[in-house]
Amino acid sequence: MARNGKPRRAPRSNGKTNGHAKAAHWVGRKLKRKEDPRLIQGITHYTDDLKLPRMLYCTLVRSPYAHAEIRGIRTDAARAVSGVAGVFTAEDTASLGMVPCAIQMPDLKVPKHPVLATDRVRYVGEPVAAVVADDLYAARDAAELVEVDYEPLPVVTDMQKALSNDTPYVHDEFRSNKAFTHTLKNGDIAAAFKKADRVVKQRMLNQRLAPIAMETRAVLAEYLPGEHRLTVWSSTQIPHLLRTQVSVMLGLPETAVRVIAPEVGGGFGSKLNVYAEEGLIPWLAMKLGRPVKWSETRRENFTATIHGRDTINDVELALKKDGTVLGLRVRILADLGAYHQLLTPLIPQLTALMLAGCYKFPAIDIEIQGVFTNKMSTDAYRGAGRPEATYIVERIMDIAAHELGMDSAQFRLKNFPQPKEFPFTTITGLTYDSAKYQESLKRALQLAGYDTLRRRQKNGWKQGKYYGVGVSTYVEICAIGPSAATPAGGWESGTVRVEPTGKVTVLTGASPHGQGQETTFAQLIADELGIDPEDVSVVHGDTMAVPYGIGTFGSRATAVGGTAAYLATQKLKAKMATLAAHLLGSTPGDITIGRGHLTAKRNKKSISFGELVMAAYTARNIPPGFEPGMEATHFFEPSNFTFPFGAHIASVEVDAETGEVKVDKYVAVDDCGNVINPLLVDGQIQGGIAQGIGQAMWEELIYNEEGQLVTGSLMEYALPKAHFLPEFTLDRTVTPSPVNPMGVKGVGEAGTIASTPCMVNAVCDALSPLGIRHIEMPLKPERVWRAIIQVQAAPKEPEPAIVPALAAAAARKPAQKTARRRV
Amino acid sequence: MIPANFDYESPRTLSEALELLASREDAKILAGGHSLLPAMKLRLAQPALLVDIGRIGGLSYVRESGEHIRIGAMTTHAEIASSKVLQRFSPLLPQAACQIGDMQVRNCGTIGGSLAQAHPAADYPAVVLALDAEIVVASRTGEREIPAREFFTGMFSTELHPHEIITEIRVPRTDDQGIAYKKHHHPASGYAVVGVAVRLKLSVGKIDTVAIGITGVGQNAYRATAVENALRGKPVAAIREATAHVAKNVEVLSDNYASSDYRQHLAAVLTRRALEQAAGGRAK
Amino acid sequence: MKDVTITVNGVEHRAQVEPRLLLVHFLRELAGLTGTHIGCETSLCGACTVLVDGRAVKSCTVLAVQADGHKVTTVEGLANGDRLHAIQEGFWEEHGLQCGFCTPGMIMCSHDLLKQHPSPSDSEIREAINGNLCRCTGYQHIVNAVRSASRKMSKRVSARAAAAR
Repeated sequence: MARNGKPRRAPRSNGKTNGHAKAAHWVGRKLKRKEDPRLIQGITHYTDDLKLPRMLYCTLVRSPYAHAEIRGIRTDAARAVSGVAGVFTAEDTASLGMVPCAIQMPDLKVPKHPVLATDRVRYVGEPVAAVVADDLYAARDAAELVEVDYEPLPVVTDMQKALSNDTPYVHDEFRSNKAFTHTLKNGDIAAAFKKADRVVKQRMLNQRLAPIAMETRAVLAEYLPGEHRLTVWSSTQIPHLLRTQVSVMLGLPETAVRVIAPEVGGGFGSKLNVYAEEGLIPWLAMKLGRPVKWSETRRENFTATIHGRDTINDVELALKKDGTVLGLRVRILADLGAYHQLLTPLIPQLTALMLAGCYKFPAIDIEIQGVFTNKMSTDAYRGAGRPEATYIVERIMDIAAHELGMDSAQFRLKNFPQPKEFPFTTITGLTYDSAKYQESLKRALQLAGYDTLRRRQKNGWKQGKYYGVGVSTYVEICAIGPSAATPAGGWESGTVRVEPTGKVTVLTGASPHGQGQETTFAQLIADELGIDPEDVSVVHGDTMAVPYGIGTFGSRATAVGGTAAYLATQKLKAKMATLAAHLLGSTPGDITIGRGHLTAKRNKKSISFGELVMAAYTARNIPPGFEPGMEATHFFEPSNFTFPFGAHIASVEVDAETGEVKVDKYVAVDDCGNVINPLLVDGQIQGGIAQGIGQAMWEELIYNEEGQLVTGSLMEYALPKAHFLPEFTLDRTVTPSPVNPMGVKGVGEAGTIASTPCMVNAVCDALSPLGIRHIEMPLKPERVWRAIIQVQAAPKEPEPAIVPALAAAAARKPAQKTARRRV
Repeated sequence: MIPANFDYESPRTLSEALELLASREDAKILAGGHSLLPAMKLRLAQPALLVDIGRIGGLSYVRESGEHIRIGAMTTHAEIASSKVLQRFSPLLPQAACQIGDMQVRNCGTIGGSLAQAHPAADYPAVVLALDAEIVVASRTGEREIPAREFFTGMFSTELHPHEIITEIRVPRTDDQGIAYKKHHHPASGYAVVGVAVRLKLSVGKIDTVAIGITGVGQNAYRATAVENALRGKPVAAIREATAHVAKNVEVLSDNYASSDYRQHLAAVLTRRALEQAAGGRAK
Repeated sequence: MKDVTITVNGVEHRAQVEPRLLLVHFLRELAGLTGTHIGCETSLCGACTVLVDGRAVKSCTVLAVQADGHKVTTVEGLANGDRLHAIQEGFWEEHGLQCGFCTPGMIMCSHDLLKQHPSPSDSEIREAINGNLCRCTGYQHIVNAVRSASRKMSKRVSARAAAAR
């Protein structure tokens, strides 16, 4: 039962809305987005587009060393540059609070994280000084002239070395580089492994990634001393949380701080944070009495905006020989970087929660160690912990299927919980709300032409062609989330206000950055009020206009923020019915709302939506005790997370000579519950798939032993480009969530979570007849080629020339007898 | 993002440009700007004077001239890619040009600029080598022609003297030969991890003429002379064996994307594939 | 300092600029047209793509002095009053954008493509926009948008031709 006590809704597709008259069915339609006209004409403003009178430009001087002592900083030459208004170092900013971490855990080591480095720098890109000037070019020139005297210190970049005895410490005060240990154990794991017919083991890495929102971060701040008001424009996913943190960092009353998130050009978790610059720039604006703007360069974005993933995973799966899974043991090292950003230590814990995947594991044993290194912090990057979990589960399941000689789809089907078992409690303690894993997988198999793909594969092997079919089935944790399970509250606010003229304003705390809430929330509210979405304006991203809210991340905006707005609308509808009953001589239960009118069923009298609202504002004829106006707010606290799921299938061809991989087909069947706007859901999934394929195939942040980020520009770090990708085939199943009244689940991260293991499974599947079991991501051609030549060079390995024969054997009874190599 | 300061001149004539170039120690020529400006924005290059030759007329053309095609140094990659004359008489250049960077880069970048920069992974160097092109350069003292085979001397280094400007590239007609350009693109930068340009002519089933230019592999683009020698007079069936050592005796580059081993291997595979394609698929 | 005159979206802009001023900064800071975005400093993301004399270029890799005397078109110059350009309509109708940051560059790049190749195949569209990075869409709806624009533009061309007959 939904916690708010309202009756649960039937799936939206029947068009009924809580007993009121039929709505106009805006929900479910492929509406064009309301936000687009301003975006496609370039007539809107991202933070860097803003310019205020007397505005100054800030450029930061950053550490070129991964670990060094700061002996001194000379700023005279920089100050002498014409147009420079000031140069500031940690000495000046001593009064500023630390960069915050919101996570509390027993034994968690939380290092001090100053806005500008004081005596030491601990990663390349750490801010050391701020140069402020009349124009950007002068600020850049002056920054070149700031001289920092560094004494380089030994660097630790390798997690395993970081945990050894003779290692430099990232933070001397802890006498260790271990930040935390997190365990999650349930079921009798010893018994599971004891009775297993087979144990499948694999070490697998989840490489460090850069989120790369196309708009880099930017902050503009203005302080009006007369009013004691600080306004901060920031490219953020969480304006309200940022306001609270900025007020704490600066020691200002929260009421004096206004945060505005103007257009935000993508986030992917990287703007679900509070950064040093978000404290520093407002401080500079107050100090200098002039507006100050800082816009991140892409190089800075690579080095000083959070990274994602970066774990080493040792995985063991216990199985019966019929393919039933018995238990999963996982040991994870998670590279946290040098400091904790807002959620850094939380991300690996989300991995732990989701390690049961969509399977019935009777026992699980997880231990995660968080490790400090001389690198930028890791934190939430699209999926945030769940892609890591899904990668582990889906890879080990695939390796197991190959080892057992079972079809990887059939093997999965065998271990899914049945639909009637939902709500399903996992071995990690979560309650999955609703799912039909069988349905989405079978649909995906059918759409992909799975049997045909398998036939082509077998024929291909005979001709020395390596086709692979990758399957991945996933479940993710969305609609984050119940407040008890989140660091800063997991609820969301929604305000719905019908203005005197009958136009509707919706205020949401779920501040978007490309997701399209202005459209989907308008569709939702329009249906509830029986009006046109054109008449609904959605306002967000301004702490002065919108009641306190949490933000957009964790695929939560619709399921939590949308529900808040929906429930606020229910309050409003009750109020409207009361007033309408009064005006029409009826009772509230007799009133229906729809098609721009409120109608009393019994006496057939009706009043237009506009007249009714005007009556609420003029308040000349209202029932006793009736509050004038027409506005309601709801703070929605979800009773549980939601758990979207789906099945993805990739078909690839590997050029065994060069190691190049061609994706020729990609099918995704996703289930995010009820769908408000199919066009936008498809967009989220397509973008997610591309990003997940990016991790599987190309993306990789590499720090060398000196702690230099050697893939820190778009010249080296390969994002998916249009011509790298095939056209994706999408379909969906619809299993409504019982957690919220709209039955929606969330879809922002699904594609990213499913597609990474899907691709790796496909490539490893293609090369399975060669005896290749696992290749680490990204599947760069060289890695694939090396995997191939290593098995070819290994003694007692079959010669490549007899591969067709081997493939035939593999098709009958694959895997066990072929030697295995990990690359 | 922001270059350091510099002086800027945009002469209208070549001789003016040559005077300016000679007038300052660290003057640089700005052609299409697509190699130089990115380096300047990262402050990896900080020339004191930029001589913009974009306003000198008559440096952008593709013309037939007897057995040669003459290409003005300021001809953009896009113009080369779409040149009907080149497509007909010397299609190797357009085949490579359309694989350079992206549309916007091809609209600005010029053949002269690319050759002068001599990026070790640029596409044109392999092509001009395979074509035995002549690079025409001008200085205050006159004009000289540098054979492509003598032009590239190291990473970002060429036979070009500091006060010289490339004015023209002359390539032979190859309409009696098979050609191919095979490239493994770096997925991020789009540069050639390995790029192989070949031309080949068969005579009664034997390889008569063969030229192989390779970029991305060594400090600078080079001709795979040993492979060419091994192939001349041989049937196309000899290609597989002969190309295996295409990067032998070369100091092979290595980076985070591709080690020297892999580059070497890729060079062999792409050379074979390019030659097989140029031979019209008869080399199997 | 150098005097430059650049015609942007049909309006002449004169200014005295440092030779090192990038065209993208000229457009954003001096002409006040912020629809052209900056997404990197290595000429790879394409967010700053504008048309110079009709051809798509990355305005972060052109000096303002190089554009002196030339005609520049930015995304702000495409719509005709309230009437959107067919490419803008395509992006809107096909949901070719999410955060919208790469969109002006994508649109300007597509403009050049459709001028050179009025009816590109999907793979030609993908090749043509490979210098424009999008992190939101996975490109599929962008390809749809360009395809849709190409059809609209061809229809309008044939309608105009028919009217002229």
